[in-house]
Amino acid sequence: MRFLMALALATLSWPALAALSIFACTPEWAALAQEIGGDRVSVTAATSALQDPHHIEARPSLIARARRADLVFCNGAELEAGWLPLVLGQSGNPAIQPGQRGYFEAASAARLIELPERVDRAMGDVHAAGNPHLHLDPRNVARVAKALATRLSALDAQGAALYAEREAAFQKRWGDASARWEREARPLQGLPLVVHHKNLSYLIAWLGMREVGALEPKPGLPPSAAHLAGLLTSLQRVPAKAVVRAAYNDPRAADWLGQQSGLPSISLPYTVGGSARATDLFGLYEDTIARLLGVAR
Amino acid sequence: MDRTLFCAAAFAAACAPAWAQEKGGNAFNPGISLILQGTAATSKEDPAAYRIDGFAPSGGEVGPAPRGFGLGESELVVSANVDPYFRGHFVVALTPENEAEVEEAYFQTLALGRGFTLKGGRFLSGIGYQNEIHQHAWDFQDAPLAYKAFLGGRLNDDGVQLRWVAPTDLFLELGAELGNGRAFPATERNRNGANAASLLAHLGGDIGTGTAWRAGLSHLRARPDGRDFDAQSFTGTSRLWIADFVLKWAPNGNATATNFKLQGEYFRRKESGSLTNDDGTVLTGDFASRQSGWYLQGAWQFMPRWRAGLRFDRLDHGTVENSPLVSEHNPSRVTVMIDWSGTEFSRLRLQLASDKSRAGVTDNQAVLQYVLSLGAHGAHRF
Repeated sequence: MRFLMALALATLSWPALAALSIFACTPEWAALAQEIGGDRVSVTAATSALQDPHHIEARPSLIARARRADLVFCNGAELEAGWLPLVLGQSGNPAIQPGQRGYFEAASAARLIELPERVDRAMGDVHAAGNPHLHLDPRNVARVAKALATRLSALDAQGAALYAEREAAFQKRWGDASARWEREARPLQGLPLVVHHKNLSYLIAWLGMREVGALEPKPGLPPSAAHLAGLLTSLQRVPAKAVVRAAYNDPRAADWLGQQSGLPSISLPYTVGGSARATDLFGLYEDTIARLLGVAR
Repeated sequence: MDRTLFCAAAFAAACAPAWAQEKGGNAFNPGISLILQGTAATSKEDPAAYRIDGFAPSGGEVGPAPRGFGLGESELVVSANVDPYFRGHFVVALTPENEAEVEEAYFQTLALGRGFTLKGGRFLSGIGYQNEIHQHAWDFQDAPLAYKAFLGGRLNDDGVQLRWVAPTDLFLELGAELGNGRAFPATERNRNGANAASLLAHLGGDIGTGTAWRAGLSHLRARPDGRDFDAQSFTGTSRLWIADFVLKWAPNGNATATNFKLQGEYFRRKESGSLTNDDGTVLTGDFASRQSGWYLQGAWQFMPRWRAGLRFDRLDHGTVENSPLVSEHNPSRVTVMIDWSGTEFSRLRLQLASDKSRAGVTDNQAVLQYVLSLGAHGAHRF
């Protein structure tokens, strides 16, 4: 009994310093929550940059963290459909259930692309709400930041002034950085790329690059030998400049195609933590553009 | 000021967008999914005559897959939030014999708060690890011998469950269940109150970024009255303890390409009471038994889509006093499987087993199985 008491005391944490405890589903939204909330919030990310956000399980540590969260800040657009409902259902925390103030989806504030005209699983892992990998368009990040600040103020009225101030400062820095990135990335316009999964579509659309092939035969299906061989042939007709993948994608298919075609195969951080330089949202974009510029020359 | 009240009272339309339901949430239709399953099996011994020697029959559908082609249970799952306070969940299994069987039909609270969740209706009990997992999500085609012998395959009683998640970094969950005792090891008893009760505790967490674990301890207590036992029936007390653990590993926690899962459970049961012959005579001497069993299994995804698994089952006959019908046999089984998943919605499996459930007989079983799920996205339960 004494042991249990000691265990309970040791594991109880006292979030008294932070006004809000935020459970972010992905690292990019954890980073944004930290930008807007500063020291007033404590943020935990449910997934890392090396994990495929589609394939997470409702593991015990996530339920324990959701139990104490004031706000669940997830991507939405079905990205977390496989595990988030279970975590929320088992958390015993009414504040973070969908429809409550403590539940916020980035997709609700963003503009989504690639909305399917019809949804059929024969087409692979398609999302009815559109392509969920929406954070690689800086305009979406700005939209989400604005909505997030509003939500934080609704949850924590005493911090409203701070959130508004931090959001305004972030929007200024983000707007300036976005303009600079657009300038720097001008050589990327029209750059033809082979992607692994359709998780870079927003980046490609924003910078005016072109996707000329995907390693996955259909979204979510692992690359097959036959599909890769076909892709290699089609690259002779429609050439590309590089094979790109997210840090969490299995590198083998991209590296194989790179070797066979002579194209550079590069890994993009995809989210915060996906590379040594991607320590925050600014670093994420800077490193991504630098890596793409490296193959565009 | 409470902003919810404020908004509800005066400015509902103006306030709503701030925390309105995200777009894409379907318009009040429940999530519906359908599981299709089937088998093609061979076995040396007759599956219809399957029994686990050394243990009282549990009455569940515990035999191996039928010889030749067989249709598994087709499961229809309907689930949705009822309102801000309740979630409803319904699973009906359509058996190959053209019968519909309600597997689960329960409500779950959403708004109790402080870590509490109440479930009511018919549901898979939270005892053990595998019990709460639906058959189509198992790593092998059939249940471990311990589940077959001690729970008739699984426990899904009618009753209530209260669970509490502690506000700690380490996952700690406590739960209690009261049930009607509609199935083994209990019996229904046409009396007021509960006929079966369980307690459960789970601990869990992460080790680094790649490993997650959960361990649990459960206790089920039932007072069966006239439970069938071949030509006899048992009345008394049944106490079951289960210790379970599961450990999952994937490089950097990214299970897409490769991952490993290790799971094991230990069951221990004590029963005491009296046996009555079908002709009404009571056997002399009190019946008492102490029996146990365990299984340990691993499933390894060695490349995308492909998994291999190995399972060891062992039951210990233990001590059984004053029961002439239970033979002294320690059943065991070794099972291997390999499966291929086209996507997370389709799985094909080949499973081979060397089954020594029957005394003095080794049954070699082979089964090919398909499991397909249509409709709403299933849950990635840990």
